[in-house]
Amino acid sequence: MLLKDIKGENKLKETLKNRFSRREFLAGTGVLLLTGLLGGCKSGGSEGTTTKTVTESGELSGTISIGGSTTVQPVSETLSNAFMEIFPQTTVTITGGGSSVGVKSAADGTLDIGAASRELKESEESLGLEVHVLAYDGIAVITNASQTVKELTLEQLKQIFAGEITNWNELGGADGDIIVAAREEGSGTRGAFEEMVMGEDTLITDRAILQSSNGALKTTVAGSSNAIGFISFGYLDSNVNAIVINGVEATVENAKTGTYPIVRPLLYLTKGEPEGLVKKYIDFCQGIAGQAIVAEDYISIL
Amino acid sequence: MTRYFTDKLAKYIVFISGFTAVVILLLIALFILREGLPAFSEIGVFDFIFGNVWRPGIDQYGILSMIVGSIAVTVVSMIMAVPLGIACAILLAEVAPSKVRSILRPAVELLVGIPSVVYGLVGLVLLVPIVSNIGGSGFSILTASIVLMVMVLPTIISISEDSIRAIPASYREGALALGATKWQTIKGVILPAAKSGIGAGVVLGMGRAIGETMAMIMVIGNSIAFPNSLLDAARTLTGNIALEINYATGTHESALFATGVVLFVFILLLNSAATVFLKRGSNAQRLG
Repeated sequence: MLLKDIKGENKLKETLKNRFSRREFLAGTGVLLLTGLLGGCKSGGSEGTTTKTVTESGELSGTISIGGSTTVQPVSETLSNAFMEIFPQTTVTITGGGSSVGVKSAADGTLDIGAASRELKESEESLGLEVHVLAYDGIAVITNASQTVKELTLEQLKQIFAGEITNWNELGGADGDIIVAAREEGSGTRGAFEEMVMGEDTLITDRAILQSSNGALKTTVAGSSNAIGFISFGYLDSNVNAIVINGVEATVENAKTGTYPIVRPLLYLTKGEPEGLVKKYIDFCQGIAGQAIVAEDYISIL
Repeated sequence: MTRYFTDKLAKYIVFISGFTAVVILLLIALFILREGLPAFSEIGVFDFIFGNVWRPGIDQYGILSMIVGSIAVTVVSMIMAVPLGIACAILLAEVAPSKVRSILRPAVELLVGIPSVVYGLVGLVLLVPIVSNIGGSGFSILTASIVLMVMVLPTIISISEDSIRAIPASYREGALALGATKWQTIKGVILPAAKSGIGAGVVLGMGRAIGETMAMIMVIGNSIAFPNSLLDAARTLTGNIALEINYATGTHESALFATGVVLFVFILLLNSAATVFLKRGSNAQRLG
């Protein structure tokens, strides 16, 4: 009896142990898969800080350091890869940090090129920075495909996202509580939306559903008939309805002509006029080859 | 001579391995603490933990609503998962014929292997619209708890089943010989005897529940407002870190590490409580 008990207990311990290791193994596999999936999706901004260094041989040589906006980061990486393929002896390093870091680092010379996904603030204009527009990105306000309200003004948008207008019937739609969906604090898309729609001192309501990527936000709005949210133009499709703002449709053409109100620039910043390799790189990015890469996700400047 | 040497070698290797685990744990704890301390001193421990407003943009850092969010999803999911899990374990270990078991058991084990993003995705596309029919946006504590319940079930089931199986056959035979029915045997003899093993399963499940991040981010809504009902959106402590760490600098970054410290303390408390509970349980069992 006693012996059997001990055996039973040992068996339990052993099975527990096996369970543990298997659990850990599976968890590990999960993490790997997750990393793969996350790495695979273009989230338009939530890439972490990565540094890339590649050195090979070629005629043009030297190093360029770029850093700042996480929205610009993926584009910069694709552009720099293409650049380094053409000029194998050059090295381009890319880091994140956010638009403000990009502005600051370019101004104090820590980086050759600072990246920002917003206009320079007034306080930043005196820093002697040369602004090079890399691309434009429009932010579309989206609703569920079944939503009957198709058109809103900027003022209405502000009130909706501030939580002041709470029912679709106040906007001429069917009765239903508005579900505000937004990006997480710190996201470049959110930052630009706050700047261009919410203004200086109005906050997005704390009741807002927050999603961490353009894709997840789109799925949220696509699945919820009373939801409203905002995503980068590149993510628009027929599952959601892009709101006509101040009478202007959310199209790339309207964003280019400047009639669409929520457009932000993606910028490269240099301290003074760029020279040598840096100039070559920026010329490449603003040229036909570079803009073809940019146009995959954003609005080309050409 | 060589035998002694092998013996000693094995001893040292085992020691070093064990020690490594402890050192790694300590280093992680120290690192999180070091990174989080500036936030604690800047914001104040009380204001940080009991503050209700999280607005990094205007330097407001209070995580009370997230502590509540984390506790709520954990508690609600465990309330659903524990009875279901134990019932399933009893089915697998005592009731089901071996044919049924040979299908059920691998199915349960496969559930563990599904990555949490997939659970999140299924929850987002399938469960959120269903819950939104009950009320609210569908992104809610309830939705998150249901997803979490499915995620912790396999842990609870497997470990409970193993502990039930580990009970010596003499227990069952004794009870049945005394005239107890099958249900009486399960309720009066088997479950009490397997209590500590089942408890371990529940604790492991709870650990997974409170630490789950990805699936939660996808279905809970991540709203920073204080949740008033199960149908309200909320944010978990883990979700808070994962959502914002990419952008955070300065106090904001430190506040996220401080969130990690709170989470760490939380899990520590949970494990200690469980250990105490399990010890008491096994003592009572021995006395009884």
